[in-house]
Amino acid sequence: MSTVQRNMSLTGQAPVALSNSQKTATVVGIAGLIIILLAGFNIDFPYKGTWLTSALLAITISIIWFAKESYSNKLEGIRNEGVWFKSISNRGYIGWITGIALTGFYIILYFYAEYLGLNTKGENTGVISFFDPLSKILSGNPASQWFVYGTLYTIAIFAFGIKFIWKYRNNRYEVIRTFSVMFFQTGFAFIIPELMARLNNDSFNLPYYDLKNIWPLNFSNFEQYRVDDFISAGDIGLALLLFGVITIFIITPILTYKFGKRWYCSWVCGCGGLAETAGDSFRQLSDKSLNAWKLERWLVHSVLVFVIIMTTAVIYTYLGYDPSKYWLTKGVFLSGVASLLTLVFAGIWFFKREELKKDARYGAIGYLIIILVFIGLHFSTGNNIFIFEAETLRKSYGFFIGAIFSGVVGTGFYPIFGNRVWCRFGCPMAAILGIQQRLFSKFRITTNGGQCISCGNCSTYCEMGIDVRAYAQKGENIVRASCVGCGICSAVCPRGVLKLENGPLENRIDSNEILLGNDVDLMEFVNNK
Amino acid sequence: MEHIVIIGNGISGVTAARHIRKLSDKKITIISAETKYFFSRTALMYVYMGHMKFEHTKPYEDWFWKKNRIDLKSEFVKTINHDSNELVFSTGEKMSYDTLILAVGSQPNKFGWPGQDLDGVQGLYFKQDLDKLELYAPNNKICKRAVIVGGGLIGIELAEMLRTRDIPVTFLIREDSFWDIVLPEGESNMINRHIKNHHIDLKLGSNLKEILSDENGKVKAVVVADTGEIIPCDLVGLTAGVSPNISFLKDSRIELGIGIKVNRFLETNIKDVYAIGDCAEQQEPAGNHKPIEAVWYTGRMMGETIAQTICGNRIEYKPGHWYNSAKFLDIEYQTYGWVHGNIGRPDYEAHFHWKHQDDTKCITIAYHKDTREFLGINNFGVRMRHEVFDRWLTEKRSVDYVIDHLSEANFDPEFYKKHESEIRYAFNNQPITV
Repeated sequence: MSTVQRNMSLTGQAPVALSNSQKTATVVGIAGLIIILLAGFNIDFPYKGTWLTSALLAITISIIWFAKESYSNKLEGIRNEGVWFKSISNRGYIGWITGIALTGFYIILYFYAEYLGLNTKGENTGVISFFDPLSKILSGNPASQWFVYGTLYTIAIFAFGIKFIWKYRNNRYEVIRTFSVMFFQTGFAFIIPELMARLNNDSFNLPYYDLKNIWPLNFSNFEQYRVDDFISAGDIGLALLLFGVITIFIITPILTYKFGKRWYCSWVCGCGGLAETAGDSFRQLSDKSLNAWKLERWLVHSVLVFVIIMTTAVIYTYLGYDPSKYWLTKGVFLSGVASLLTLVFAGIWFFKREELKKDARYGAIGYLIIILVFIGLHFSTGNNIFIFEAETLRKSYGFFIGAIFSGVVGTGFYPIFGNRVWCRFGCPMAAILGIQQRLFSKFRITTNGGQCISCGNCSTYCEMGIDVRAYAQKGENIVRASCVGCGICSAVCPRGVLKLENGPLENRIDSNEILLGNDVDLMEFVNNK
Repeated sequence: MEHIVIIGNGISGVTAARHIRKLSDKKITIISAETKYFFSRTALMYVYMGHMKFEHTKPYEDWFWKKNRIDLKSEFVKTINHDSNELVFSTGEKMSYDTLILAVGSQPNKFGWPGQDLDGVQGLYFKQDLDKLELYAPNNKICKRAVIVGGGLIGIELAEMLRTRDIPVTFLIREDSFWDIVLPEGESNMINRHIKNHHIDLKLGSNLKEILSDENGKVKAVVVADTGEIIPCDLVGLTAGVSPNISFLKDSRIELGIGIKVNRFLETNIKDVYAIGDCAEQQEPAGNHKPIEAVWYTGRMMGETIAQTICGNRIEYKPGHWYNSAKFLDIEYQTYGWVHGNIGRPDYEAHFHWKHQDDTKCITIAYHKDTREFLGINNFGVRMRHEVFDRWLTEKRSVDYVIDHLSEANFDPEFYKKHESEIRYAFNNQPITV
């Protein structure tokens, strides 16, 4: 098409070409990347700290400068002009190249970290050792490949966060929310765990713990080595272990009841943070079809079941049989898991059965039976519960879900499938929060009477692939398990139809055949029958 | 089986079809020459601007129609033989019907300007207009300047669209202030300033005299009436309103005025032939309503209503409290109830106007100056709840009540700055005028 712009601009108004400032900004950023790349080829930089600082600053400044040039000279408002004309954001070739490059990076990071300089026998080299100066300042230890990743990740959220704030500066919800994800990433995911590592010594060893990374997203939180570390670290360790349990079982349901899952997914979570900032340019690429929704429901809940089975198996293996040694034995633990799941299931079935679609009922029953059978095996056969070794389960989960799904596909494919592929199809935390949000929460997106004109901006820019318009044009509130509450549908609506809010449970979902504005008698007649 | 044929797949025809399907098992066919599938006309602008692709403007996935047994026919209806209940297509093919719903919409107005049919002169209404725009104004190399004639909702949308491709725009408006036949003065003036902030060359009080052609029959320039100024341009947007698209009915016995004449039941003078949406002209409009209201919402409401009548529950079209919405570049507009501009404003209608200091937000509340009954509100840059105002209008609340309870109606996103106390202060400290 003649209108396609073959340039890299991520911004609104489709320019003929990048401005000179934007070109300079891009060159600065590429220079930063080249320095890191050279480090990857084991070029030995003198004054490593200075070079590292320059590289990281160059990347950060480049992104912020580019964003400033893109938005600061435009009036406040929705600036999505040309999104579908640009190769980067309409699955054009720059989009594909970016996708392949990101995917390649994740494959190297997860499976071939030796190319980053990982050396299991001695000191790290290459890119990893290039990051040593920063790591030593924070934790006192040399860098790992995860430190490199964490640093780049934090820079991405910080710099693209500023870009996002510039773009949506007319919208205070977006601005405050973005400051929140920037804060949680920089503080909780990056700096605090590194500083915590400073406390460690020979007799006291806390595991690396990003406090906001809650099980089951943090699927390894209750693995033996971590639990051992927690317990060996005395009161602080125990408190942290307890905090891990409390976050998922107490804090999460309460906050989700009050605010919807957005309190986590688009305000706190690191995966969500990256999606909302660096991934913002790709939100329109999510699939809105009904088929995609069906796939999403089965996939995300299957991952949830997988992580429950895996975690149960892992904890099971390191518990003992003898209650006189420790009260929490294999039997007690399994009974506890079975009771909890049955209780949750019964609760939903009793209170909310009417709200479940047919496939949701089948799925819920099916999965409950599977889990209970696994657990039942323990009591009938005496010991080995799961047909699979716990270690095999853990490794498969780590490989397929932890690395491939959340990393390689989830982030690598941003420019192809949109920025929330992992959150939508794979994240077990999102699945739990989603069930709570759909069934037990005050959160909804309110539709403003009959004002919808079915334009489709909301659906197009929904990163979770929700067909928002399908609800809005019926005058129906949007109450969907997957909604992360990013607020962009409300922001891009040209008629002021959508509002995210926490309101009373009564009439939270109100589907009307006849929309507000028509004859009141007709509305009575049709809507109340 | 009774065959319902609907001509036109815009919002009114499609709403009628959907509701008839919900209520009955009748055979339903929708005919359109514009596009096979229903799309949101109001969203065409976003396709040109690159916010969306055309496929995103379709509110239903393509399988929806077959699943709901709504047949789609891509044909142009040439004539209607209502004596034999038959349609004749431009291909010569015929189709018979038992019940016919005319939902044929509008077309852009042309007032006989010289040169109005040149290449590069167009309205913004049909899907085809979008294709023409891509042809004549794909960028600012091919289209060095565009002139838009007519200052209403479509004109300002077209101006916004062209500006996203950095095409210089001259906006000729007959009135002395933007859309002041509908908007009160304070609002209209604020929008004037907003238009200029977007670097649009706004020429108020200017009429088009003629459009000049180049040697290939394509527009070259426009001549402004009175001043005689010649403005060279490569595109002329005619956006001086729309009128019913009924020329193909001229030779039928269906009674026509400006539109297709219908009674309150949306029935034409011919049995089993109905008209809804933009093309329907009410013989006796309700309340303050106009005989023709070419608005998305009224089209939808008529679709909802006609489906009842056709499925055995014959009811009048009786819309509730008026409401509407639009967006002027970056400023959203919503209105509930009646707030009049310069035209048709009753003597008893008093206004309270508040404008935010940033010059992008304002409201006007209309009330009865004697009884103080609340009559309506216009909001610019502030979102308000439809449901709340609809209720207050029904309950005939006073303007004082509305001012005191304005926060209940606020619909702005969370964390937005609230303006209610400032508005209340301004209301209570108005200079007293008699």
